[in-house]
Amino acid sequence: MLEVENLRKTYATGDEALKGVSLSVEGNETVAMIGPSGAGKSTFIRCINRLTDPTDGKIRLDGTELTALEGDELRSVRRDIGMIFQEYNLVERLTVMENVLTGRLGYVSNWQAFRRQFPADDVERAYEILDRVGLGGMENKRVDELSGGQRQRVGIARAVIQQPKILLVDEPTSSLDPETSETVMTLLTDIAADRGIPVLINIHEVDLALNHADRVVGLHDGELVFEGTPADLDESGLDTVYRGADPDETPQVPRSDGDTARDGLDPSVPGGT
Amino acid sequence: MATGKRTWQRPTVFGRREIKWGVYALVVGFFIWSTVGLGVSLSRFLDGLASGVALLGDFVPPEATPRQTARIVDKMLESIAMAMVSTVTGIALSLPIAFMAAENVSPRPLYYLGRGFISVSRAFNAIIVAIIVVKAVGLGPLAGIITITFKTVGFFSKLFAEDIEDIDMGSVAAVRATGASPAQTLLYGVVPQVIPRFAGLSVYRWDINIRTSTIVGIVGAGGIGSVLLTAFNRYDYGYVSAILLAIIAVVLVAEGVSALVRRRYQ
Ligand SMILES: Nc1ncnc2c1ncn2[C@@H]1O[C@H](COP(=O)(O)OP(=O)(O)O)[C@@H](O)[C@H]1O
Ligand SMILES: [Mg+2]
Repeated sequence: MLEVENLRKTYATGDEALKGVSLSVEGNETVAMIGPSGAGKSTFIRCINRLTDPTDGKIRLDGTELTALEGDELRSVRRDIGMIFQEYNLVERLTVMENVLTGRLGYVSNWQAFRRQFPADDVERAYEILDRVGLGGMENKRVDELSGGQRQRVGIARAVIQQPKILLVDEPTSSLDPETSETVMTLLTDIAADRGIPVLINIHEVDLALNHADRVVGLHDGELVFEGTPADLDESGLDTVYRGADPDETPQVPRSDGDTARDGLDPSVPGGT
Repeated sequence: MATGKRTWQRPTVFGRREIKWGVYALVVGFFIWSTVGLGVSLSRFLDGLASGVALLGDFVPPEATPRQTARIVDKMLESIAMAMVSTVTGIALSLPIAFMAAENVSPRPLYYLGRGFISVSRAFNAIIVAIIVVKAVGLGPLAGIITITFKTVGFFSKLFAEDIEDIDMGSVAAVRATGASPAQTLLYGVVPQVIPRFAGLSVYRWDINIRTSTIVGIVGAGGIGSVLLTAFNRYDYGYVSAILLAIIAVVLVAEGVSALVRRRYQ
């Protein structure tokens, strides 16, 4: 179970990416985090396994508080968190097998890693997972020979072989065509269900979120502005997430009005000559 | 509203047109001042050309006695061996410095240390380094090896550090995210991305080192260069051109091998 409390992140540039976000993810639920580009979705996920250091707040994974961990302790928590990335982030010049086994690095010595000598169990599991994600027989291909969809499956295999307690997924489908996106999302949620672990998926394609998630949370400008089931997410909810309108105070604004103002045809806008 | 046609000129990198012409005038002025200052005149140039042509005549045919041929072969092998040894030691020393000098994988103080060393190594021409090293360790191939190793480190670390800076840090982060140790992250995230460039750069530097190893002998740092100097001092131009031909042959072969290997790796 992942518990995040009041997470804040201010980058060195002064950007306040997260302004106190709290969220729990547990059981084997799939939580979709939606929000416009720049809302802080990637920052949130990267803070959880400390690829980015949060400025303030608490993060607990199965009770272990991990915002202050360093060195070996941090690495051992990272082994329990599987990450999947938008750009796959595979090592292009390594084989599919090496990329998958990368997920076991936390369990072998540097020397074993150098010799590519992984325990037989790890190798066996790698074969099984490759079959599971539909890449059976591809273990010796170099990743740069694969298509986008295949690469993302390697990315999933690398995260799953960690036998993590949670999967964190950052925009897994943004670089894929709609059909491949659908299969990748199905694969992700199925695998998580098989293994009984929760998944937190950042995504900005709302349809995909609605079709695959048990719960949807909406991030806008570093703040959590929506939380509910896919059925709860109506027009005004979407407006809140994507335009920051507070549904209680601001009336629905038809889109065309906004566009007209921006086109400079509004006589009240100064600056025309 | 403006009347008439508007005009457009490509903006100049100098900011203003007056500055641009000023800079051009300065460059031409500096060239003229340098030529006059060095006492180069057209008649002096033509005289030089004439004696050059006469000298060229003395170069043909290239000839060498059997003893001279044996000496060329012997010293050429020494050059090649010097190049080989310095390439290997130079690259071995370059590796830690290259990683130190790569901004994306190195902490600040180490980065400046690495960059500093590279600048020093690159500041001096091989001949200047060789003169100093010969004074320090004496005549012979050891001086050549030290010189070429030193130059290799400057060259190789700089270019390799730039290749390390160009890698995709996303994949490196992904490896780290699995709980890999720093050494494992380097092995699985960084090294595979730079191996091809490493191979290409190594062969390229080997080829440069072959060329350098044929010249440092001029100042006594071993190899074929010393034979060339002796031949010149004796006005034995047939011998000189035989040596030059041998150098050209070896350098061409090295360049060919280097190009071939690099094409395979890119
Ligand atoms: N490394 C960084 N340095 C400075 N600012 C950053 C960095 N990464 C992200 N940001 C800023 O933080 C905000 C949130 O970014 P991000 O988490 O990438 O959003 P999302 O993933 O929702 O598009 C943006 O304003 C972005 O410019
Ligand atoms: Mg993002």
